[in-house]
Amino acid sequence: MDNVLRFRDDEVHEEPAVTLDSFFGQSNATAVRLEDGEDARQLIPYLDRLALIEIGFSNFGDGRGYSAARILREHGYTGELRAQGDVLVDQLAFMQRCGFDSFAPEKPIDAADAQTALSRWDNVYQKAADDRTPIWSKRHG
Amino acid sequence: MYKYDSFDQQMVDTRVEEFRDQVERRLAGKITEDQFKPLRLKNGLYLQLHAYMLRVAVPYGTLNSEQMRMLAHIARKYDRGYGHFTTRQNIQYNWIKLEDAPDILADLATVEMHAIQTSGNCIRNISSDQYAGAAADEVADPRPYAELLRQWSSFHPEFNYLPRKFKFAVIAADEDRAAMRLHDIGIQIVRNDAGEIGARYYAGGGMGRTPMIAPLIREFVPIGELVSYAEAILRVYNRYGRRDNKYKARIKILVHEMGAEKFIEEVEAEFVHLQGQNIDAPAAELERIIAHFEEPAFESGLSEDIDRTDPDFAVWLDQNVDAHKRPGYAIATISLKPAGGIPGDASSAQMDLMADLAEQFSFDECRVTHSQNIVLPHVRKADLYALWQKLDEAGLASPNLDLISDIIACPGLDYCSLANARSIPVAQKIAKRFADIDRQKELGELKLKISGCINACGHHHAGHIGILGVDRKGTENYQLLLGGSGAEDVSLAKITGPGFDEDGIVDAIETVTDVYVAQREDDERFVDTYRRLGMAPFKEALYG
Repeated sequence: MDNVLRFRDDEVHEEPAVTLDSFFGQSNATAVRLEDGEDARQLIPYLDRLALIEIGFSNFGDGRGYSAARILREHGYTGELRAQGDVLVDQLAFMQRCGFDSFAPEKPIDAADAQTALSRWDNVYQKAADDRTPIWSKRHG
Repeated sequence: MYKYDSFDQQMVDTRVEEFRDQVERRLAGKITEDQFKPLRLKNGLYLQLHAYMLRVAVPYGTLNSEQMRMLAHIARKYDRGYGHFTTRQNIQYNWIKLEDAPDILADLATVEMHAIQTSGNCIRNISSDQYAGAAADEVADPRPYAELLRQWSSFHPEFNYLPRKFKFAVIAADEDRAAMRLHDIGIQIVRNDAGEIGARYYAGGGMGRTPMIAPLIREFVPIGELVSYAEAILRVYNRYGRRDNKYKARIKILVHEMGAEKFIEEVEAEFVHLQGQNIDAPAAELERIIAHFEEPAFESGLSEDIDRTDPDFAVWLDQNVDAHKRPGYAIATISLKPAGGIPGDASSAQMDLMADLAEQFSFDECRVTHSQNIVLPHVRKADLYALWQKLDEAGLASPNLDLISDIIACPGLDYCSLANARSIPVAQKIAKRFADIDRQKELGELKLKISGCINACGHHHAGHIGILGVDRKGTENYQLLLGGSGAEDVSLAKITGPGFDEDGIVDAIETVTDVYVAQREDDERFVDTYRRLGMAPFKEALYG
């Protein structure tokens, strides 16, 4: 857990995430891991009982995890959503907007660099899975 | 035209800062070239054969004179005194130093310009009809809708790591001047039977190595849901588009492999879900943007008369000037295709002049066309002669719009690291062979497009005549295609047979145009004769 950048106030969830396959094989797991391209929609019936969903990025250029994260948030998931793998500092702001609130990069990211990246944009053009107000909404009160 | 407010300006300024920081980290060796590549690409910075190439966005092809002067300034200060207007209605500079790139972006930001998402696997600059706001046949000016989509797609958090690049075109007329159905998403703004404005969506078109014409995805999306429908399509693509092979990663392959029907089902399901997510801006935002595109202060009671005494002017007038929706006005196209020149290139001095002319004669506006020319959209008919004289002095009055020498060509092997063959010298040889303007006019509308490799940046699939340069055992070889179109009669060109060498391809073009001249009926265009007769007579003449 040394490398995890976490932006939540609740207690760290200790149960390790299980694969999607094994998640369906047991009724009481509370942490699950999605690989690139696994269908996040399969988890929709179980969101209430999940405390941690980890989404793997095998390669930073594979952006399927961004859609997976938004889908989970749009369906009401409020637990920890973690991006794990080839997660780079220049992707953090997009990931956060898609609903990720913790990051477990394979190569550690300096906390100060992460903070700079996450606070760079004062405004955003579009609605996403975070609570930021889009520019169009600010323009019209 | 659209004017930034403080929000828009801040977004562009922040991007400049961010990119400056990224370049500094790269120059300091803190990030690898592999990690830097997708970052610089999202700012339009490519590593080419000889230097970095910077692509600057010209949203929906519209520029004011101040912006055009800035493009001239950048060419002069940071490049070799010229720039290259592209088939995406953008401009590229071919000799850029990495360390200058942040300063260039800062200069651009002072005139509300940028290079955001002009490359990389994200939503690219949105193209449109170069006659927007001037054409009589449009149901509305398409640019406000393109602007709404520009803002939505800029820094979109979910769609910055798509399987592949993604291109939109937005038009609002039945006549398609933007190759709309050869885009990943093509939108035609339409009015339904109830008189409401909406969007007709096409998806899954494109050129490249597997050209496809986009099928209709939805006949009418209410305009208030323009963005959420786009979001639905993009999400389906981001989730299901192929990532195992970059040559099969465009949305056209997904639509093709999934089948349009199934694809539509997926999109509609996603759309229903997204309708509950408050993604679309309120109507007031679209109205705000539309107000920016209000008509200029056209005069009424202007004369329709044009003095045609000067024969050279009359030739240009007949070829490069189109009808305007307002009496007394006309649309003038400045050809960037002089005989022997590089298609789409303009020098700093020429850009400055075009800026002056836009200011003096066209309500401070000009447009870049996907055919790599510049349009002055609102010229008083009474001013056309004065305009032509100034263009003529500067070598910008080639009267060849839509004729055989109005060639689209990619940069080819002279610049591009992907190319297999040179495009520019072939374009130059063809233009020289057909230099006689009377002969060109005799051949009529003839869209000739040249690509230096199968990626098809020169749109050869959409040419009435297309040329594809390939590498054949270490020698450049040129294949000939016939019968394509990027207009409302959209079609994909077909290959004639074995290729030709550089001089052979010029001869081959003369051969097929001779067949056309001998066989045409009435006022058929080249492509009409081809469609009526098919390939056989052309093939016979070529390979006999």
